[in-house]
Amino acid sequence: MFGVAPKPVKTRRGLEIGGGQVYAELNFTLPVMSINDNTLTHVYEHYREIAEGALERALHLNSKGVVLEFETLLEMTKTPSIGVEIIKIMNGICEDYFQKYGLMSEIRLTPNDLREFERPAKQRSSKLLEPMMELFERGMLAGGDLLSIESTGGKEVSDEALMMCDIKRVVFALAVLGVRDMQFLWQKIVSLANMHGKIAAGDSACGFGNTAMVLAEKKYIPKVFAALVRVISVVRSIVAIEEGATGPDKDCAYEGPFLKAIAGIPISMEGKTAACAHLSPIGNIASACADLWSNESVQNIKLLSGMAPTAYLEQLEYDVRLMNEARHAGKTHRHILQQLMVASDVYTDPQALVLSPENVIRISKQLVKGDSYVANARNGALATLDIIEEALGSGKMQLPEMETAYIPILRDDLNSIPDSESSFTEMMMPLLDQSKFILTEYGL
Amino acid sequence: MESILEKLLEAVEFGKVDQKSPFPPQLRGQDGSRELTGKAIETGIAPQQILEQALIPAMEKVGMKFTENKIFVPQMLMSAKAMGASMVQLKPFFASGEIKTRGTFIIGTVKGDLHDIGKNLVSMMIEGGGWSIIDLGVDVGSERFIEAIENNPGAVVGLSALLTTTMINMNEIVARIKGEKPGTQVLIGGAPVNADFCRKIGADFYAPGPQQAIEYLSKLA
Repeated sequence: MFGVAPKPVKTRRGLEIGGGQVYAELNFTLPVMSINDNTLTHVYEHYREIAEGALERALHLNSKGVVLEFETLLEMTKTPSIGVEIIKIMNGICEDYFQKYGLMSEIRLTPNDLREFERPAKQRSSKLLEPMMELFERGMLAGGDLLSIESTGGKEVSDEALMMCDIKRVVFALAVLGVRDMQFLWQKIVSLANMHGKIAAGDSACGFGNTAMVLAEKKYIPKVFAALVRVISVVRSIVAIEEGATGPDKDCAYEGPFLKAIAGIPISMEGKTAACAHLSPIGNIASACADLWSNESVQNIKLLSGMAPTAYLEQLEYDVRLMNEARHAGKTHRHILQQLMVASDVYTDPQALVLSPENVIRISKQLVKGDSYVANARNGALATLDIIEEALGSGKMQLPEMETAYIPILRDDLNSIPDSESSFTEMMMPLLDQSKFILTEYGL
Repeated sequence: MESILEKLLEAVEFGKVDQKSPFPPQLRGQDGSRELTGKAIETGIAPQQILEQALIPAMEKVGMKFTENKIFVPQMLMSAKAMGASMVQLKPFFASGEIKTRGTFIIGTVKGDLHDIGKNLVSMMIEGGGWSIIDLGVDVGSERFIEAIENNPGAVVGLSALLTTTMINMNEIVARIKGEKPGTQVLIGGAPVNADFCRKIGADFYAPGPQQAIEYLSKLA
């Protein structure tokens, strides 16, 4: 259910995420511009404008609280002092509104995964880890209380796997390589967060599940395949929680509902309000279990009404206001609202189908029952195919033949995956381009 | 003779790489592009004919089917793989000058950007259209583009970017190419760019998708 999680997270300025209230999470970025010594003043001014505009509008709309997600641009992570300065500016504004008006807000800090710059990636030994971790530490001390990242371990294998619709390679990328990188990275992030009393919030399989979703929207790959990638990515993303992250996980982690079902953490989600950044087939259903409701990313440019981040904050605020009204009106009302969110999307696309609360629970049971991440990924994906076939068989969902032709192929491929990770790895290694990844960088 | 070329065209169109390959199901057990190309050469069919009457038309069909949303990328990649299996055998004829490509296309994702899925797709389709590809990879600055143009005079250049913060780097790259290698045609593509941006930075063509890039290059060839 939206707004409530078994393990809510309380923030420094009083937000209780998953504690009975849905909050808006505004995500923003710069307009097209260079970031260098000559433009830094202008850069900082943009972020000041974003934070002030958003919080002023939130105040005007009687908001109960807001999260501002600062997703850094490359230069801000490569040179952490830039990112830190931006956080200081925004945190100062957040604190000002809190002290003067009681408006609760927090900053989510999301540095870039710079290790993507090296190919093959040196996930453990790269010097690029240093500025990333420096930004995490100095950034949290400057006021970035919620820590997140869209980590990319395994992406050097998964990108090609997506284009080839190679589900076994996707499982290898996420459930063998990805989980190891998550363990490595999140041990560090959680340790830093605990040291400084901050919140290790969560990761996102954006570079896997959302890449697949966007490719499916462009009709490059089947939606059925993209739905499987989404489910398999749960196995990777949940490792952050296993290492001590508490949520709320990242907005673009559409696997969030599964994490909530399995681990009870609050989640951030985005759907129709993310259309400023990318299109999706899950505009309404994405809010069904959200504790934070986001817009993914919007540039600080002028629209007819005002600056775009301010306009998007308003859109988010109205959405959360509706959800919170439903919550306060009682169980029947919130269930009806959730049912409408689900019903409007669920049978329009396999990626929406897997996000209905009922299917999330059904698939989640399969995602945890095995003895290895590989087995769990396979079992979850097979359960997803079952659900898709049931929906097609009942006539509730229709897909063209070029989509359904992939179902038996994907099922055969999944069924060939053994339970044991070592057997699976042995099976996959001869099939992979081993120049693309370094096993030792994953601890293998 | 026509029969071999027709079969080769079908093999490439449907992604049949060799006889052992189980894909596509309807051609199981039949010769693939590898065997058919060998047979075509053995029977004396001119390599240029193999390229122009089988391989390029096959990939044109594949490109159209993809543009019309009748196939997904994996099927297109299998066709490209089938074409690759053929091109390997035609390589000596390129080297000797007996076959001429339609031209050289230099492509790269611009400085600061690591996204390459779109770039790889465009490269593959343009190669299928009979062009020689120089793929510079990702995070490519102006120096490497200039160097590639120097090594491949007359080449057309393609720039790709997926982020609003990296598309701006196209500005400097295009300015440098136009300044130091005037006459070089430059195409741009990627989610955040558009025709207005293309005009603003002085590039020659904005390609919303791979098919439009191929159509533009066809006019240049």
